[in-house]
This record gives sequence, structure tokens and C-alpha cells, in this order.
Amino acid sequence: MDIKEIIKPENLVHKRTPLMTDANLSYCPGCGHGTVHHLIMEVVEELDIQQDTIGIAPVGCSVLAYDFMDIDMTQAAHGRAPAVATGIKRLWPEKYVFTYQGDGDLAAIGTAETIHACNRGENIAIFFINNGIYGMTGGQMAPTTLEGMKSSTTPYGRDYKTMGHPIKITELVAQLPGTSFVTRQAVHKPGNVRKTKKAIRKAFEVQKEKMGVAFIEIVSNCNSGWKMTPNDSNKWMEENMFPFYPLGDIKVEGKIVKDLMKDLV
Amino acid sequence: MGELRLMKGNEAIAEAAILAGVDAYFGYPITPQSEVLEYLTLQRPEERTGMVVLQAESEIAAINMVYGAAGTGKKVMTSSSSPGISLKQEGISYIAGAELPCLIVNVVRGGPGLGTIQPSQADYFQSTKGGGHGDYRLIVLAPASVQEMADFVDKGLELAFKYRNPALILSDGLIGQMMEKVEFPEQKERVTSFDQSWVTTGKTKERERNIITSLNLDPEKQYQHNLKLQEKYRRMKEDIMYETFDCDDAEFLLVAYGSSARICQKAVDEARSSGKKLGLLRPITLFPFPEEVIAKFARQVKGILSVELNAGQMVEDVKLAVNGRIPVYHYGTPGGKIFTPDDILKAIDEKLMGGY
Repeated sequence: MDIKEIIKPENLVHKRTPLMTDANLSYCPGCGHGTVHHLIMEVVEELDIQQDTIGIAPVGCSVLAYDFMDIDMTQAAHGRAPAVATGIKRLWPEKYVFTYQGDGDLAAIGTAETIHACNRGENIAIFFINNGIYGMTGGQMAPTTLEGMKSSTTPYGRDYKTMGHPIKITELVAQLPGTSFVTRQAVHKPGNVRKTKKAIRKAFEVQKEKMGVAFIEIVSNCNSGWKMTPNDSNKWMEENMFPFYPLGDIKVEGKIVKDLMKDLV
Repeated sequence: MGELRLMKGNEAIAEAAILAGVDAYFGYPITPQSEVLEYLTLQRPEERTGMVVLQAESEIAAINMVYGAAGTGKKVMTSSSSPGISLKQEGISYIAGAELPCLIVNVVRGGPGLGTIQPSQADYFQSTKGGGHGDYRLIVLAPASVQEMADFVDKGLELAFKYRNPALILSDGLIGQMMEKVEFPEQKERVTSFDQSWVTTGKTKERERNIITSLNLDPEKQYQHNLKLQEKYRRMKEDIMYETFDCDDAEFLLVAYGSSARICQKAVDEARSSGKKLGLLRPITLFPFPEEVIAKFARQVKGILSVELNAGQMVEDVKLAVNGRIPVYHYGTPGGKIFTPDDILKAIDEKLMGGY
């Protein structure tokens, strides 16, 4: 097969969504952020809802998400994205509103906004990237940093006796009646990418039905913050992150589908 | 003539918000302004006008709901009292940075810290000099009556949209809690058609995406943005508002705003009845500040007394306006204690006229 044959339209297997802008992604090579950005924009394109979608960018590595996603966006103060989303959604109840947040933003400084937006059952989607570290500020301990895990502020490893435990915020919000779809996914392998895209699509569908919060956690690597090569970080993530943050649906159509007590312990 | 009612200042603000066609209010209870949220929820504004009223989990969440909602281009507001307003400062800085219109009400209580729930004017610096981080200003309106509590809701929003800048009603526990007659205007429709060129509605094929942000990592762009903001703040001078009482032949001048001005009015009456040529200037906009008017008075009167329910804050702006031409003094009671007209008269004798 020569190049002319390969680029024939009928041989197209994947096309970059036009809803991603031409700006160069500011993320480190190997990071999962770019993949998740693409997936959200692919879903917005496929559902044909660009003209009705408003995104909220957080503080963190994805603070510049609005440079990459070709949709209307509002940049929120650190941790406040669910409150900002609430304000927008209450005034545009027929629009699609989503937040895109990291673990420090969503599960440390913004814990109150996360819990209460979920508890009110705001009809928004929350996309939560959990890489167990503060990426943008240079690899400090996050609320989701694993026990024993090294970071620039836990140079000898996280000791829960003085630094607290890693928080499973996704299992916590699943217990609130305001959440309807809660799932934990990853984007490090093609199979996981497909599952994550399905979950993102469902998050927008749930929002259309006004069923409450769709909460999608994506466990991701931070090869720079973890000080590993991209491949090593993915392997480390599978071996260390997934046992503590197990992948799969937690709540579907308002019903918990997992033994939460088992996962919480 | 509209409906005449006897109301608390806080209730008047809430009723005026519904009548002004405000689209959303986000708040959190704090004394002495909780009546705003209570009145709104009691009135079922979602049925009267379709207005959204939401009790947030904190002042921080409430101001960020305002930030998000203001980015939709609609009329949004929040209210709180001093400690709650302190919590909102980060959000207010973002709103000012992103150039969004909204209305914030501060029913001031005594501080610092948890302070007291008694009336105070100790948040003058915070209100007029920015309050949060960065170089920015709010449009600050200081009502001196329950009527003005009501009137300044619409006025504040008008100015907020004119300049795409947050406007603040700087009231205090005295005006918030006291009852007076108030006349309301007719119900305004909530505006459904407005300038959507800059707001987040969802990007259409016909236009570029709209971004609400206060972030400019490029220092040159941030510099240019700041210059643009400063130019805007200078332009606000055309909306300076103030009132004068007995100033035409005044030899001495009181400068006071809000509830202090009400007490000063009585002091001026009493001083006049004993033959003292005293006048009162009441700034209504604290930012933009009527500095040129004060500079003019500095060529007429022999001395100025800035009367405030604080340890001396506005007096600094009065001194800047006077620029050393005549003596400027401060009289005030910090920490939530309210002075009487007699206290002011005594201060006038001791400080203002003492040297003459």
C-alpha cells in the first residue's frame, strides 16, 4: 500500500477532531491530559453540541485548557470550578456545562465546592484528572498522593501519620444522592481510552436528562512529577495507582454498583 | 409614584433586586445581612420573575457562582457582611480581572476578625482600594437611607454593566437593620436579549470562542490589560455622585458617607442653630471619589473633619484631595460603637474649630 492508497478517505481510521485548536499542547510528552482533552472534544463534536457547551478550566496544569478546546470556556479560581459551573448552569439550564479539574483543585482546596455541587445534584459533568501529584507547581504532595509515595514535599514518602491518607473523593461523592453517574477510568491504553470516551459520552447524556452530577475520574500518570519515563510511569500507575484507585463504574443511573466499603478500606 | 412601604434596609435591597429584574442571587447567611437571603427565598422570586436564588455552601462558593453567572452576561449579585466579604475577595479580584459586571453588597460590621455585629465603616479601605490581590477598583456606592439601599441596586447594576466592572454597595448594619419608608419602582422585566458578543453561551460557527479569564501569562499582555483597566477606572469619574448640605456659606466642612452622614446632618443642624457656619459633604460614590469637589471646598472652608465609624480611613482620601491646603481631621469610633450628633459637635469644637 503506497501513501496515496493510505490517505484515501475510505481508509481513514482516525481523524483529529476540529474542536481541538491548532495550539501546541502545553503538556509534557506522555501526559494523559491531551488524550482526555481530545476525547471530550470528540464527544462534543459527535453529539453536535459545541454551540451549547461551556467548559470550566481549573488552576493547575490544565489552566490553559481553553487554548486547546474550541468551545466557550471560563477559567476558575483554584478549586472553585464546581461553584462557577453552578452559576453558569443555573442561568443556562439547557446548556451543557462541565468542569475539568485535577486532584489538588478538586480534592484539596476545592473539596467543599466538589461535595456541595455533587450534593445539590447540579446538572453538570465533572472530569477529574487524578495523577496523585501537583503537576504544575512542580510535583508536590496532592490529596491523592499514595502512602509512601515520594513528592517534592514528601521527599521521604507520604507518611499517613503526619500527612494524612490519600483521599478517595470519587467513592465519597458516589454516596451523595445528587450524583447519578460516577466512574473511574484511565487513558494509558487504547482499550482504556475507548472506555473513557464512552464514559464521557454518558456524562453528557446524563446531563441532558438532568439527572444530576456525572463524575468521571481519570487516573492518569504524571511522568514529569513522578520523575519517570512515560512508559515507566504507566507501568507504575498500573502497579500502584490502580490497586488503590480501582477502575470501573461506581454508580450508574443513581445506583451504586460497587462494594464501596471494600474499596474504601 | 410607586408603592410606598416600611422596610428594613436589607429587605429593601432584596425587593429592589427582584424589581430590577436581577437574574440571580447567590448568598450565604451572615449577621447583619441575613434578611437579604431570607426575604428573597420568602418571596418565591423564581415565580415572580424567574430569578434564581441559591444559598451557597460558603461565601467563597457564592462569589464564584457570581463569577460564573456574570460570564453569561446576565444580572447577578451577592451580599454579605465584613468577614464574609473578606472571604469573597479572591473571587472579586477574578471578576474585576476578567471584567465582569455584577453587584456585591457589604452590610458592614465591626472588626477586625469576627469583631462584632454592630454597625461599622471599617471596610472603607477594603472597598475603595481593591480589596483582593492586584491593581483593581470597584465602583463603590454608599447608601445613607433605606430608600438608597433600594435605589442603588439598579444604579449599581447600571454602572457595573456600563464599565463591565463589579459594583459594591457599601452599607452597614445600621442602614441594613433600620426601618424606613421606601418607594419602589415598577417591576422591570428580566432582560432576555442583551449583548452576548463576549459571554459564554456556547461557541457557534459564526464566531470565535469566548473565554472568561483573568490569566495572562505573557507579561506584556498583562501589562496592557492593566493599563486598560486603569484607563477604565479613570473614566469612571464621569459617574461621581455626592450631596452637599448647608455648604454655600460654610466656613467648616464635615465629610461623611452612609450612616455617618445621617448623624452628621443632625450635627450640622444643631451647629447652625448656634450660629456656626458648618456644612456637610456626603460622597455617594466612594470610588470614584469626589476629590475635585473636596479640592474646591479646600479653597472655601477653614478646615475639614472626616467623620467615620472607624479609626480613620476616608480621611486619607480627603487629605489627598485637600493636598495640604487646609487642616483635615478625623473623628470616629472604631469597633462598632456609634457616635451621636453631640459627640460630633464636641469633636468639631475640639478639633476643627479649636485652633480658630
